[in-house]
Amino acid sequence: MRSAAISEPRWLRLALIVLMLGFLALNLLLPLAVVFAEGLRKGIAAYLGAIREADALAALRLTLTVAAIAVPLNIIIGLAAAWAIAKFDFRFKSLLITLIDLPFSVSPVVSGLIYVLVFGLQGWLGPWLQAHDAQVIFAVPGLVLATIFVTFPFVARELIPLMEEQGRDEEEAALSLGASGLATFWHVTLPNIRWGLLYGVLLCNARAMGEFGAVSVVSGHIRGKTNTLPLHIEILYNEYNFAAAFAVASLLAGLALVTLVLKSLLEWRFAGQLAGRGH
Amino acid sequence: MTIYMNEVAAGFASRITAVAPMPTSRQVWGVASSNPSRPRSIIPGFGLTMGITLFAVSVIVLIPLSAVFIKAAGMTGAQFAATALSRRALDAYKLSFGAAAAAAALNAVFGLVTAWVLVRYELPGKRIISALVDLPFALPTAVAGIALTALYAPNGWIGRWLAPQGITIAYTPLGVVIALVFVGLPFVVRTVEPVLADLGGDVEEAAATLGASRFQTFRRVVLPAIGPALLTGCALAFARAVGEYGSVIFIAGNMPFKSEIAPLLIIVQLEQYNVAGATAIAATMLVISFALLLVINLAQGWQRRRRSA
Repeated sequence: MRSAAISEPRWLRLALIVLMLGFLALNLLLPLAVVFAEGLRKGIAAYLGAIREADALAALRLTLTVAAIAVPLNIIIGLAAAWAIAKFDFRFKSLLITLIDLPFSVSPVVSGLIYVLVFGLQGWLGPWLQAHDAQVIFAVPGLVLATIFVTFPFVARELIPLMEEQGRDEEEAALSLGASGLATFWHVTLPNIRWGLLYGVLLCNARAMGEFGAVSVVSGHIRGKTNTLPLHIEILYNEYNFAAAFAVASLLAGLALVTLVLKSLLEWRFAGQLAGRGH
Repeated sequence: MTIYMNEVAAGFASRITAVAPMPTSRQVWGVASSNPSRPRSIIPGFGLTMGITLFAVSVIVLIPLSAVFIKAAGMTGAQFAATALSRRALDAYKLSFGAAAAAAALNAVFGLVTAWVLVRYELPGKRIISALVDLPFALPTAVAGIALTALYAPNGWIGRWLAPQGITIAYTPLGVVIALVFVGLPFVVRTVEPVLADLGGDVEEAAATLGASRFQTFRRVVLPAIGPALLTGCALAFARAVGEYGSVIFIAGNMPFKSEIAPLLIIVQLEQYNVAGATAIAATMLVISFALLLVINLAQGWQRRRRSA
């Protein structure tokens, strides 16, 4: 408990608490509540109907597929980047970290556009792709690329500070006792970073499944084919099919809530084993 | 050492060859040996992991991003200006940057209050409230966009009470600010929180002992200490808000010259098959974003030095 001299008077404390709770209720709780309320407005049958509809299911499948490709690739890249950066010294290290972080400061729309410039019809590889009857833009590969780009920093940026904090001593001990490099990674490094890795993967997955702007540019919005869940929501909404839009949106809101719960559990139970927390 | 390397390489190769080509031996040792004064680590795998990282950074980030600048550099000044500096684009930048600044300012106040209460006061359910602060990170932007519109549209939950007073939020620049406040809040709270928690009570006690009022202590002792973090949080929120798309377009109304944000203008150009125009606007936005990023990094470095000093 803080001493009276350095705590605010009771009325001020109450006022600040009320201000915060009011603001959070307005800014966070209401938007969340309105998704579920509007989704269920036309009854549970209409709600389930909107979710089970063929285009919605196709969108759900596509969202899961894209995440199932993008997230594992990001895990491999994130682990590799963290290993190289945290366990070795080399020049231009901070430049490399900046490059890994870069996608966070790029607008989602620009994140999609850059792949149109490379793989689109007027793009660098467009004519070559067309000659070989392959399609990246307005097809699944484009969605995957754009998703990897926007989620690129999540795993690496969680693992790099964590592995830097843990240093090299344990790995060096295992190696000098004769463990192979792979065994060292598997039995020494991975157990040390598993919760941090899970934390990064959790956030990476939430963003991968919810990404809108970047995939919107590369998707082409072909119903039942290149529409992910967020894009499906946009189409329903623009067709004034609000109840269905919110019903589908409630699925993603549910995913967000599950993500928040798991993330909080990790923060509460394993604070010391996540980067930059509990120290 | 080489033996370990090869074992790791062999172990990983089966899983990774589909993703990245194996680095050549020149790649493996070329980078590592560039600094001969450093004692070599016995840890293996530098070549492999560095190879994967450089490959991914190049193919996913660097080459595609450079396409924007290479394409923009290939335009004549007049071509570039025709879209990127048109009246419509200038109004869009003005809205994107203006609304982002307004949202960052609002979040400075509400974010600071939120962080303050979370760090310093006893409150039932504080952990849950704290977890909820991260909702904007987890909620897909399109969902946030339609939810905020449902709240603030003239017939919405909140909008219907404001409409009789003549206040419209949805489909105006005010709606854009509301969406950007939603998106930016966790940046400010999560940046300020740890600094506030680290700030021991002793300096404040010293100030109080020397006769400072609570407000004086806050203004003269606490605020200077958390100021850099608060600024950093606002800058992060601002940077995110400038490029934000999904949560804004539903509530903005998207009227050219009035409520059209810059990222949307890129989409509009693409829909009109004006890839060059879209690229010109994107290049303009990227340059501004990277400049921002540089400022944020400098500010964070300055902050770290202050804290460790």
